[in-house]
Amino acid sequence: MSSRFVNPAIAAVPPSAIRRFFDIAGTMKDVISLGVGEPDFVTPFAVRNTAIDSLLDGETQYTTNAGILPLREEIVHYLQTRFEVSYVPDSEVLVTVGASEAIDIALRVLVRPGDEVLIPEPCYISYQACTRFALGVPVNVPTHAQNNFELLPEDLEARITPQSRVLVLSYPSNPTGAVMPGERLERIAELAIRHDLFVVCDEIYAELCYDGFRQPSIASLPGMRERSMVVSGFSKAFAMTGFRLGYLCAPAEIVRACARIHQYTIMCASRQSQVAAWNALRQGRETDYAEVSRMRESYDRRRRLMVKAFNEMGLPCFEPKGAFYAFPDIRHTGLNSEQFCERLLKEQHVVCVPGSAFGPSGEGHIRCCYATATDSLLVAFERIKAFLAGL
Amino acid sequence: MNGHQKRVLDLLNENCRIPLEQMAVMLGMDIQEVAGIIDTLEKDGIILSYRPIINWDKAERNMVEAMIEVKVTPQRDFGFDAVARRINNFEEVRGLYLMSGTYDLLIQVAAPTLKELAQFVSERLSPLETVTGTSTSFVLKRYKQDGVVFDRQEEDRRLSVSP
Repeated sequence: MSSRFVNPAIAAVPPSAIRRFFDIAGTMKDVISLGVGEPDFVTPFAVRNTAIDSLLDGETQYTTNAGILPLREEIVHYLQTRFEVSYVPDSEVLVTVGASEAIDIALRVLVRPGDEVLIPEPCYISYQACTRFALGVPVNVPTHAQNNFELLPEDLEARITPQSRVLVLSYPSNPTGAVMPGERLERIAELAIRHDLFVVCDEIYAELCYDGFRQPSIASLPGMRERSMVVSGFSKAFAMTGFRLGYLCAPAEIVRACARIHQYTIMCASRQSQVAAWNALRQGRETDYAEVSRMRESYDRRRRLMVKAFNEMGLPCFEPKGAFYAFPDIRHTGLNSEQFCERLLKEQHVVCVPGSAFGPSGEGHIRCCYATATDSLLVAFERIKAFLAGL
Repeated sequence: MNGHQKRVLDLLNENCRIPLEQMAVMLGMDIQEVAGIIDTLEKDGIILSYRPIINWDKAERNMVEAMIEVKVTPQRDFGFDAVARRINNFEEVRGLYLMSGTYDLLIQVAAPTLKELAQFVSERLSPLETVTGTSTSFVLKRYKQDGVVFDRQEEDRRLSVSP
């Protein structure tokens, strides 16, 4: 029994609930997956080519810990022009291995043992786990469909204690597709200031908003820059998931502390990913982000299609204004989200992710990704209809 | 061209067989609006035709295809456009382009047999008084046309479930 060697603090963190569905789906043919969490576009050719050129030129060495300066400069320019937040390339940007690494090291830097981390949920699966890896205490703040899954200031305030230290804010949201309008964000900012909270703002989906909405960054609000970190990356809007490239931006003292963990554990992100990302931003700047717009427009079409389909088949679906997920309500089927997804997969070979995988408030919903070929979506809708008819 | 027209065109260019109703949902417009835009695009000659991209090799209809580079001498009152109008009339001609570079016109031709294609060049194209030279290259294999890659299975390389 080697398990006695495993640190109980790690053993106590459960594996991600979505893993099981991956294993079942792997045994089936003819599966249509709405369970993915990444774009269905390949990285634009010019960006891939930058990585190829870099390899051909023999750029196979480490980079500086913080990431190559031209990339940090482009990131700063990008955030300034698109999200009205200002950082200094030399000292306030750290290039990471995906936004995932940024979240991990941010929480390790900010959280002392026993500190509480306020996490609006349903949410991306790693915030609770990374909090626990940092020996902090995750405190769920529920959000609900009737409020468009926005974080209500009163719900947040009700969970603030003297131990509260960090708020993790992630809008547009994975899994709900919810966004946070500016006026509500201002009230969250007031609470953060009043209770001296630091806000880790995961903005990985910030580019993917629809119907003319633009997600403001909480770091851009008065008094918030000093207590905020912007975490983002290239996976979603730039379709670069496999490159594993993200970044964090925050005041220099915070970035310096994050860089300390990063330099000992990671050293630096892949050089090829960094130059590819640099070119993605540079080209975006020169073309008014034409590739990002093209992909966003394509997601938007399928978003409308999916939301209408779910509502028509009797699974009420609030209209997601961001990311690439719909989060329909399945409660009236009498199944919980895990049973629903498991039976749907086994009976109709369609993969969806149970809402409960993203936190207790996700129960009663399923996450469906519409970054899937339109023809496949239409077949999936027919299969889900058949599944519902057979219940 | 306005934004709505552009969005309709982009969607049609991706797949022109989507039912009108579905197009309306995907574009967030109503059906009448989409129909009206398509109507206008057709009337204005922006949309000329709706055709499938066919892999004829698989359809077992054998055609010989060639690209012909043509040099012409445009004469007074008889410019490139007039030459092009003459050439357009030949039914073998599938595509015709005025080019920059070392020759003037590029003709894409298709005929059921090599003999018929050769006859087109020698008996119909070359005798035109303005044509001063031709260079014919046969298409051996088609890899991609109008952005569509032939003989490639679209595969989704993504994990079926990811966070």
